[in-house]
Amino acid sequence: MKLAWTIMGFALLVALLAAGLRLDPREVPSPLIGKPAPAFELPLLDAPAKTFSQKDMAGKVWIMNVWASWCPPCLVEHPVIMRMARTGVAPVVGLNYKDTREDALPWLKRNGNPYRQVVFDASGRIGIDYGVYGVPETYVIDREGVIRYKHIGPVTPEVAQQKIEPLVKELNAGR
Amino acid sequence: MRVASALALLFFSGIIFSQDIDKRTAALAQELRCLVCQNQTLAESNAPLAVDLRNQIREQLAAGKSESEVKDYMVARYGDFVLYRPPFKLATLLLWAGPFLLLLFGFFILFRKIRSRTGQASELSDAEHQRAAKLLE
Repeated sequence: MKLAWTIMGFALLVALLAAGLRLDPREVPSPLIGKPAPAFELPLLDAPAKTFSQKDMAGKVWIMNVWASWCPPCLVEHPVIMRMARTGVAPVVGLNYKDTREDALPWLKRNGNPYRQVVFDASGRIGIDYGVYGVPETYVIDREGVIRYKHIGPVTPEVAQQKIEPLVKELNAGR
Repeated sequence: MRVASALALLFFSGIIFSQDIDKRTAALAQELRCLVCQNQTLAESNAPLAVDLRNQIREQLAAGKSESEVKDYMVARYGDFVLYRPPFKLATLLLWAGPFLLLLFGFFILFRKIRSRTGQASELSDAEHQRAAKLLE
């Protein structure tokens, strides 16, 4: 009887620790899910004189991808972002985070440009508003301008196919 | 002369003010977690984001915001996780109460052990009582 209790206690502890190991402590749940996307009005990467705002995407389901040329994981996810843009899942807006035009523009030329627009957040100020702490980060924003999903780290093909694409479809279907 | 002293006053009060802001910034940065190196505070971390966030704290304090307003600003963006002292609410109930629950559980086990032990010691059969009485005679 006593042995049974000990074994049960031990099994419980193992289960608890196993569950703990599966959690990723780097994934901080964003308080921004379900909240309106923070407002910005930023110059375009390729045309400093023009600005772009989140309001310009109102009425559309869109994806915002935070990236930088200095960020190796951004290069890793780039083909996935390219594919999402090419297959027309949703328009993708790039937020070029704490980068320079001299580095970012050639990077896009080299690796392809999936973005409908790229806004230039040199100071990282808008990044802070979006709770960015590790580029790349990707957001799905609905027609009303509410953040519905956030992915931290490179978007893998699995995340794109199993999370982002179904969500975008669902948001586009639901009126 | 009067102008000079007024200027001097302005100058020194400016220094005192900025020192005050420095102190408050440092104190607040101690309370907030760096999201890049998660076991460091914003004060300790040299990650670029930590530098940016420290600048944010300084700017906002200088603009007259209170400590709790700055904390709210951070929590709105990064969640309760940025606070080194998490707030007491339903989601954090287990976090705060957990150690005390474990302590109570420990006491419970301890009491049971002690009681079963003292119970055993006093439970002598009649034959044993008689034997003990004989031995004590």
